[in-house]
Amino acid sequence: MLRFKEPFERRSKGGWPVISGTEKFSHNLPQEKILVFIRGSSKRELSQKRGLATTFFNVQKCTLTTKRWLEPSGGLNNDMEYFLQQLINGVTLGSIYGLIAIGYTMVYGIIGMINFAHGDIFMVGAFISLILIVALGVTASMPLALLILALIAILIVSMALTSVWGWTVERIAYRPLRGSFRLAPLITAIGASIVLQNFVQISQGARNKPLQPLIPGGFTLSDGSGDSGFVVQLSYSQILIIVVTTVLMIGFTTLINKTSLGRAQRSCEQDRKMASLLGINVDRTISLTFVMGASLASVAGLMFLIYYGVIDFYIGFLAGVKAFTAAVLGGIGSLPGAMLGGLLIGLIETFWSGYFSVEYKDVAAFSILAIVLIFMPEGLLGKPEVEKV
Amino acid sequence: MSASQPLLDVRNVETHYGKIIALRGVDLTVNEGEIVTLIGANGAGKSTLMMTICGSPQASSGSIFYDGEDITRLPTHLIMRKSIAQSPEGRRIFPRMSVLENLIMGAETAGNKDVEESLKKAYDLFPRLKERRNQRGGTLSGGEQQMLAIARALMSKPRLLLLDEPSLGLAPLIVKQIFDAIRDLNRTDGLTVFLVEQNAYHALKLAHRGYVMVNGKITMSGTGKELLARDDVKAAYLEGGGH
Repeated sequence: MLRFKEPFERRSKGGWPVISGTEKFSHNLPQEKILVFIRGSSKRELSQKRGLATTFFNVQKCTLTTKRWLEPSGGLNNDMEYFLQQLINGVTLGSIYGLIAIGYTMVYGIIGMINFAHGDIFMVGAFISLILIVALGVTASMPLALLILALIAILIVSMALTSVWGWTVERIAYRPLRGSFRLAPLITAIGASIVLQNFVQISQGARNKPLQPLIPGGFTLSDGSGDSGFVVQLSYSQILIIVVTTVLMIGFTTLINKTSLGRAQRSCEQDRKMASLLGINVDRTISLTFVMGASLASVAGLMFLIYYGVIDFYIGFLAGVKAFTAAVLGGIGSLPGAMLGGLLIGLIETFWSGYFSVEYKDVAAFSILAIVLIFMPEGLLGKPEVEKV
Repeated sequence: MSASQPLLDVRNVETHYGKIIALRGVDLTVNEGEIVTLIGANGAGKSTLMMTICGSPQASSGSIFYDGEDITRLPTHLIMRKSIAQSPEGRRIFPRMSVLENLIMGAETAGNKDVEESLKKAYDLFPRLKERRNQRGGTLSGGEQQMLAIARALMSKPRLLLLDEPSLGLAPLIVKQIFDAIRDLNRTDGLTVFLVEQNAYHALKLAHRGYVMVNGKITMSGTGKELLARDDVKAAYLEGGGH
């Protein structure tokens, strides 16, 4: 049975079929039954809408059942199930943003520049993953153990290869300009971003690259028998993304806080000259920072690919801008801030599209950023420096 | 003082910041086991010499030998792994690291395997740091930061300690405490110290030998006592400073 929610189009990913546009849906309906959720502020409106759905779906070919509920017109959808589904989707999206945001925040912390090519490093990571998946012939029909093994292998190889890209960008575009005026590396960053995009566009083609779902299925948390009739699904790919992100973030925080590598990294962040006076190879530490950021971005790339199932050479731009926003929102330079910011941007976007309108989700995310920055210029977790000198 | 070759040998070093010349042919030696001080007015180039020894910035001409090896063109981090440690001007404590982490930073890259023992020594030298070991470096008082800067430099078990203005901005009592600590380290551990100071009276009293720098040039040198006794030194650096 197909389930739709008015106005008969896709509202979210959780189990809803994708129908775009408003053209009539009269053919290619494999199912015999359609369940449509409609809402209205009066019985009359509901019956009107039922009529509308009948024409829209051309019910000669199938049976239409409607679930309807009354609510003040224009009001918010306040079902628990709907909320839960948006929450799950938002956390998933936020995890991906958070992984990318760490790269922005770390590079900013250590050399005080925005690495605008970072979003494109994420895109390169997604492409490397896709190429590996296709080359190895990984599909959902493989035995589960093999699939997991293949994904782990792909993740590691992709992290390694993407790191090389991140390292190279730093070496070619930023290091020669260190000590130059502040805007110079910013401009080469934009240049590096354009180069990466065009390189992938030329070498891989400009078309969308689809991928059959690798990890189909999931848990149904609510089967639609509740008052709202809304189905809540937590897909396996969402679980994978959330778990991988959580594990990586814990591992990464430990790396930064407890190991000598992390201490070297933080010391360069706080005082590069002093770090070198203690025998730390600052250039190497900066390179490592880019490598760490790039490898996390490549994980985000693979997650994005698995979740959305389609990538192109341009995905790095918007994801990069969002992740950068997340880093600024959380307080640029702060690691927990980047994670929190990523999560918040993901949630804001998802809830805004779920409850208001998909078209304005970016406006919502950036507005929240503007508001937070007005009242907390350091971001949510960025601390104003209180230091005795 | 019996070593045949000096531990640190600075020969005719010039350093430029862009087009501005900061050091104009400096010659200076520090022998093993000595405390040598360099005094001079603000902007004379004392800290520049200190940093040039560490390769940041590198000397534009002349050469610097450490333990017989030419280190003039080595990158900073490699110089600092050669049993040289610096407690720099302005202390440069890592503000968002704990006192303990700051100390560990001093030991780690220098290849000191026995961090625990060095930590114990540092805490013995400045017990205050032990009390504050979990506090962030940026929240320490000026005197505590200075103690931390010196202790951090000592964590690498250096042969040569470069100290840049350890008395700057500190109360006389704390200055005395820090200078006493330097004297002890020199006497008991044989630590060689190169001390840059504006507080000329205390520095010359502490040091075996001293140099006076004016405008990027060494103008006088001699033992601490000799320099203290000279009228021109008194007039230029000790007037009102001899508390």
